[in-house]
Amino acid sequence: MKYGERVIDHFTNPRNVGSLDRNLPNVGTGVVGAPECGDVMKLQIEVADDGRIVDAKFKTFGCGSAIAASSLATEWLKGRTVDEAADLRNTDIAEELSLPPVKIHCSVLAEDAVKAAIEDWKRKNGRAKTDQEAGPGR
Amino acid sequence: MALKRHIYLDNNATTRIDPRVLEAMMPYLTERYGNAASKNHSFGYEAEAAVEAAREQVAEIIGAAPKDIVWTSGATESDNLAIKGVAEMYREKGNHIVTCKTEHKAVIDTCKYLETKGCEVAWLDPDRYGRVSAEQVAEAITDKTILVTLMAANNEIGTLHPIAEIGRATRAAGVFFHTDATQAVGKIPIDVEASCVDLLSMSAHKIYGPKGVGALYVRRRGPRVRLSCRMHGGGHEHGMRSGTLNVPGIVGFGAACEIAAAEMPRESERLTALRDMLHRGLMERLSHVTLNGHPTERLPNTLNLSFEYVEGESLMMKVSDVAVSSGSACTSASLEPSFVLKAIGVPDALAHSSIRFSLGRFNTADEIEYAIERFAKAVNELRDLSPLYELAQESGEAGAGSGGK
Repeated sequence: MKYGERVIDHFTNPRNVGSLDRNLPNVGTGVVGAPECGDVMKLQIEVADDGRIVDAKFKTFGCGSAIAASSLATEWLKGRTVDEAADLRNTDIAEELSLPPVKIHCSVLAEDAVKAAIEDWKRKNGRAKTDQEAGPGR
Repeated sequence: MALKRHIYLDNNATTRIDPRVLEAMMPYLTERYGNAASKNHSFGYEAEAAVEAAREQVAEIIGAAPKDIVWTSGATESDNLAIKGVAEMYREKGNHIVTCKTEHKAVIDTCKYLETKGCEVAWLDPDRYGRVSAEQVAEAITDKTILVTLMAANNEIGTLHPIAEIGRATRAAGVFFHTDATQAVGKIPIDVEASCVDLLSMSAHKIYGPKGVGALYVRRRGPRVRLSCRMHGGGHEHGMRSGTLNVPGIVGFGAACEIAAAEMPRESERLTALRDMLHRGLMERLSHVTLNGHPTERLPNTLNLSFEYVEGESLMMKVSDVAVSSGSACTSASLEPSFVLKAIGVPDALAHSSIRFSLGRFNTADEIEYAIERFAKAVNELRDLSPLYELAQESGEAGAGSGGK
């Protein structure tokens, strides 16, 4: 099975590889998957006071599709609000990368990683602020 | 930039046809197109003569007599014929088969099928290098055992079974011994007499011959093995395997065996040196690299390594101009990691991080040097991407950078 162009692009030039300081209150960290399964994704978001994601980083242990899916997710997250980010579906990722059926689970894991990062940020910051409630962070 | 041909280090999967083999085959793909079973004209005679000459060449490389060789479509068919053939023919005598968890799927799936038909199978556990001992075999044999089937060399990790010792044990117990020698033929010396082997599967496309042709060695004396036929229809190969013979393929197979036998001593030394150079080169540049397979009792060309913290398929994708294979789940349709690595006790995370390098006749030292540099660079780049490597560094398990271990 040859890889699609977009997967190869994200794999060869992954966007936003790295780490944010997980101890910072405005950073949400999600770690999903397990080494025994061959897939581990760490995805982090840095959220500004107005609820907008200003930075996102990832690190992934997994196949080309998994790396591409998490890279794409971080790219997609930057500039969106936390609420908008919660709407990200694995099907969006799978479609964008033209993932074959056997690799769909990589996009599911990426969605899980995003949700885990959001949950972590929410937990550290009380309930998520919507655009109407935008105000100084805690 | 010139278009570079990819480097092929996946010779256990298949091999390129040697130009000398192709040359031997060509007349039988062009003017000499007779059916070897056509008894009444020159087209048939010359095809038959070519088949019989090839039979001698194939028999020679395993120390057998030509009459003991049955042509098949490949080792998978040979395995099926040997195992099902014995099980059915000797079912009055018993229904117990002894094999190992690291066999090729052609053996495993055949044994699993026979389990559904009332056979009992003892699935022996190999040691951490993938070896089963003659003692284990002797202990597993019961008065209902009709066959022991154990491969001569493992396709994934290259580990060699102690075939001669196992053969002596099975002979002493009066049980037939089949060995799937697909990966071993042409790479290491094989002697069916000295090793008390009664059935042996082999395939042309692993030794620079064409795909679609193989053979099964079936002992005729001391003891005689009879097989229940799988392919009916004309009684070819003494009734053991009907079907028009693949004359060009068989001619190629014979030529491949003759070449492999002549070049084996020098070639196995050359391959061992290249394999060890690859191993050393990677170990010098990288930490946390482990060998899967026996350190010495191993095929001269096979090197299966786990690169911790890096997943196998992503590594292959990064080094896309070198062809290898991996025991990672991501490379299999079933999303299961290599069952061979699992059977020898490799933890799943390391199985997902494994790469099998299998060298061959057409690989050069330059190619190996290139592969070393590419893989070392790729592993480091993927470790920079890896949350597991980051964790290990934070906890002090992994060094700050690359380095020998």
